[in-house]
Order: sequence, then C-alpha cells, then structure tokens
Amino acid sequence: MKTAARSRFARIEGLPIIVVSVLIIGLFMITAPSVFLRPEIYTSTMLSTAPPLILLATGLTFVIAAGEIDLSFPSIIGFSGCAFAILFKLHGLGWIAILAALAAGVLIGFINGVLVAKVGIPSFIATLGTGFFWNGMATFWSGGKSYALRGVEDTSVYQILVGNLPIGDPATYVWYSQISVQAVWMAAIVVFLWFVLNRHRFGEHILFIGDSNDVSRVVGVDVDWEKIKLFTMMGLLAAIAAIMLTLENRNYFGNQGQGYLLTAIAAVLIGGTSIFGGKATIVGTVFGAVLIYLMEPGLVAAGATAETVQIMRGLVFLIAVIFYLFMDEPARRRALLARFMIRTSSGPAKPAGERPAQPTRGS
Amino acid sequence: MTAAMAESASFANIVRLAGVQKYFGAVHALRNINMAVGRNEIVGLIGDNGAGKSTLIKTITGVHKPTSGRIFVRDKEIDLDAYSVGKAHDLSIETVYQDKSLGEKQPLWRNFFVGRQIVNRFGFIDVKKEKEIANDILLNTIGFRGVGISVDSTVQLLSGGERQGISIGRAMHFNSDLIILDEPTAALGVKEVRKVLDFVRRIKESGRASIYIEHNLAHVHEVADRLIVLDRGEIVAEIRPSEMTVAELTKYLINIQHER
Repeated sequence: MKTAARSRFARIEGLPIIVVSVLIIGLFMITAPSVFLRPEIYTSTMLSTAPPLILLATGLTFVIAAGEIDLSFPSIIGFSGCAFAILFKLHGLGWIAILAALAAGVLIGFINGVLVAKVGIPSFIATLGTGFFWNGMATFWSGGKSYALRGVEDTSVYQILVGNLPIGDPATYVWYSQISVQAVWMAAIVVFLWFVLNRHRFGEHILFIGDSNDVSRVVGVDVDWEKIKLFTMMGLLAAIAAIMLTLENRNYFGNQGQGYLLTAIAAVLIGGTSIFGGKATIVGTVFGAVLIYLMEPGLVAAGATAETVQIMRGLVFLIAVIFYLFMDEPARRRALLARFMIRTSSGPAKPAGERPAQPTRGS
Repeated sequence: MTAAMAESASFANIVRLAGVQKYFGAVHALRNINMAVGRNEIVGLIGDNGAGKSTLIKTITGVHKPTSGRIFVRDKEIDLDAYSVGKAHDLSIETVYQDKSLGEKQPLWRNFFVGRQIVNRFGFIDVKKEKEIANDILLNTIGFRGVGISVDSTVQLLSGGERQGISIGRAMHFNSDLIILDEPTAALGVKEVRKVLDFVRRIKESGRASIYIEHNLAHVHEVADRLIVLDRGEIVAEIRPSEMTVAELTKYLINIQHER
C-alpha cells in the first residue's frame, strides 16, 4: 500500500530536519564548493569542534522533553572547566582533575534538580540564578585569568579524551587521519542516550513528565527524583563538554561556555523536540546541531559576515519552531488555515475525527 | 500480583476504612470515615463538589496520608507510613482519573506500561513484548477492533470514551482487584457514556470491585450495587439502587442537603 509506505517513511525520526540539513549542505556545496566538497570541513573541523555542542544539545533534549529548561549549563562549563584547568595545571592532578571536573558538574546539576523538584522554583528562574552564581564562582576561583595548558598533548588525559584517532599519519593531513577522539566519545554517549530516551524507563518517565506532571504522578512516576536525575545528567554532560573544550583548545578561559546557550537550545528545537515537552528526538537534535554549526562556515564561505550568520540562525530557528508548532498541534494548524480561509475536509473539530473513518466497531 | 491472586480466596472486603480523618491545615476534609467495599462490588460514591470524594479516593490509593484512622486492604491493616501510590499498585488497587491517567502525546503501548515497565536488569524496556501485550489488551480486554487505533497511536487521537476504555483496560490487565473510577463519564457524549458504562460492567463480570465516583446519578444508579453519599467530608447515607429510582434518589439527596 502506498499510504503504508508513506507513513513508514514519515515515521523516520527527525525526518524534517534531516531533509532540511541535506538541502542546506547541498546549497553550501554549490555556493562554497571549495569548502563543502572537501572532507576536511566535516572531519577535522566539525568532528573536533562540534562534539561539545552536540553533547549539550543532547542533554538539553531530555531537559526540554521534560518541559523544563537549563540556562545554567554555560556556567557549569565555566566552573567545571576551571576546576579541571586549575587542578590539572597548578596541582598536576591529571585524571583526578578530570574526576573533579565531572563531580563539579554532577553536584551543580544535582543542586539545580533539588531547587526545581524539591524547592519548587521554576527551572527557568532556578537555573538563571545558579548560572549567575557558578559563573561568578568560576571567575572568583580562577581570578578571571585564563590558563594555557602547554604540553598537555603528551599526557594520557589528552590522548585518551581528545586529539586525533591513531589512524594514518597526522602529518599527511589525509581526512581520515584527522578524525578526533572526542567525536568517538560523543558518538558513543549520544547513541547511549538515544537508547536511554527511547528504550529506558528513565527516558519514558521524562517524556511522561513533559506531557504532564500530574499524569506522571498518578501512574506512579517519582517525578521529583526523576527531575533531580535529569538536571544531574545535564550537569554531567556540561562537565564533559567543558573538559573536551578545555583540552581541545589547550586553554581555559572563563566564558568558554557562554556561546553555547542559544546554539544548543536552537539545535534542540530545530531538531523537532517539542517546546511544550513530552515529545523529543535525539536524531533531530544531532542534525539540528550540525545545521546550526555548519551555518557559520557555510555563510562565511559564501561571503557573509558574522552578523548575517546570527540573523540567519535566528531566522532558521524561528521558522523551525513555527513549523513544528503547527505540525504538532492540529488544532492550531486548523485555526491558522481557517484564518487564511483555506478549507480543510469537513468533520468534527476533535482530534478523534482525524483518523480515517471506519465502518464499524467491535463489541 | 500472584500473591494477591492467591490471597484472593480468603478476604471479604477488598478495602475497608475505619475512623479515617484527614486535615489539610485547618480544613477538616474527611470526618470519621467508616466504609468497606466488597470483593466483587461496584460502589458508587456521590456528593457535591468539595464533599471530599477525591480526597477519599486519594487516601485509599496512597496519594494522601490520612491524619488518623486505619485502612485495611483484603482485611489486612496497611502501614500508613509506608503507604504510597506504588504500594497501592502492588496491592492491586488502580485508579482511573478523569483526564489525568494518560500521557497525551505518548503512544498507547507506553501508556499501558508506564510505571510498571517490562525491563531488564539495567532498566531498559522490552519494547517488543510491551507492544505485543498492549495489542492483546486493545483487541481482547477492551475490544477495540477496526477503529483505526493501534498500540502506536497517541492518546490525543482518541475520543473521551476510548480514553476511559484504555485506562480501564490497563487496570484490568494488571489484575487490579479494585478499580477506582473518578468521574469517567464527565464531558462525554451519550454514545461514549454507554461505552464507559459497558466497561464498568466488564469490571463486575470479571469478578473485580470498583469505587465509582460520579456526578450523574442516572449513570451511577445504573451500574452500582451500593451508593455512598458524602457531604462535607462525612458519609451521610448508604443506599441500594434497587430500593430507589433515580427520581427518588435525587429527591432524597436534595432533602439531605436541606436538613444539614
């Protein structure tokens, strides 16, 4: 049946954003062939610098799916990165510095979770406050200085977490010799989190919480505890992103996380995760992040300036959100069409009327 | 669940409340509640808005802790300090809240199992098995055939009556011995109401008990074995529908209101 095949096609996770990404990358290949028809933009550039964004966006997918938001993760990046850089450089703690940075992220995320779930502060406000606080703490601890990690390339920390995969000779600059280790870590974490969201009890609880806190409580979900876990996970992911950033740049600076707030949120929403919660797609988020990321080199290579990149990102973001809003909410879509006097097939306005009419019902 | 089944031969009342009181701050929401529900009895719970119907069932299902009093399930006293929604589930007590027991945007198979997922050691869900069982509930327990609904349909596509059917089917599948229905016919059309009342009869036929909260006296009169009237947190009357017509019942309730 044609319709069955079509519906199976339409059920591919993140389909709209996949199509749009392919189209836009195709467009860039035409406007800037010297950049986008060569593998380096994808391997050496994207795979080494996009993993933090993709990890953050994947974590935010859970947060937004639960109907919450985390505005503090750029500050977690600042604080965790600071903890790592100072312990690593000034105290020579190596792997312990990694653990400390991860623990800092977990702790900050846990505090966020408690403020939201137990104290009952809306997450928007709670994480705005903790964001300011931890950003200040990071500046206080680091004295506002940046820390260059010279010679870090020779440590096991660097070689295991970032750097290039030991395939081919890096000196030859063949594309496959440029694949970064953090991309592999990122891919493993994202695939694991896909399974957590779609196949694990925790992911299912997150989706139900995003749907309705009341329903979740009634069906026996421990809403408070799941929210605490959610924000803790976001803190951990921000800490991992912080370590990757600091190591990749071989440098720590206080506001290294600040650029990620809007891009990560944009990646999630462009990807098709519902702003109202209850519906989420990690595949969409990954493509959304890739799209947001590639827009900069794509537009710059086509001769655009930095402002234009911002304007275009803003436009794509808004168009995507409006698109999903009307895709997800048939009632809204109908109201919009009615406003423009486009008649849809007549029938009851209830969603139940949307399915194909069936002749009889059993029992 | 099997333990509950094994015990089922040896109890008279699925649930019994003795001297249950509930305060919300200074508000006395439940006053000295004494009631029992037999093992295959449909009990209608009626009363005005604010009479305490919801508080009463939330107390039975572990959402609220009573301020004082005792609760017995299958004639055994419950430790109220350890009582919770999860515990009530374990004791095969299930609530079908109006519009509050299904996740709108989630597929039916997730709605059947959420809170009681079939998982492996690491908490990962056996999706294939859950879908198979959900399909079986859909076709056999609830009797949805040829209506364009599958286990992958989301709840937002269902009509009000169908939603109640899903919730009741879920409760029956999990072998709940007591199914609590919170105004299942509110805001439903005539045809949908008929479906829901049929679901309630299925509860009775399958040997289970139900507490059925309802505003519409005609609906509850039709399916209940016994009616409990609640007013300002107190049980003020118990009535057998066989002894009164709907009209007499209505008059009786109005009189009670005036006397108090």
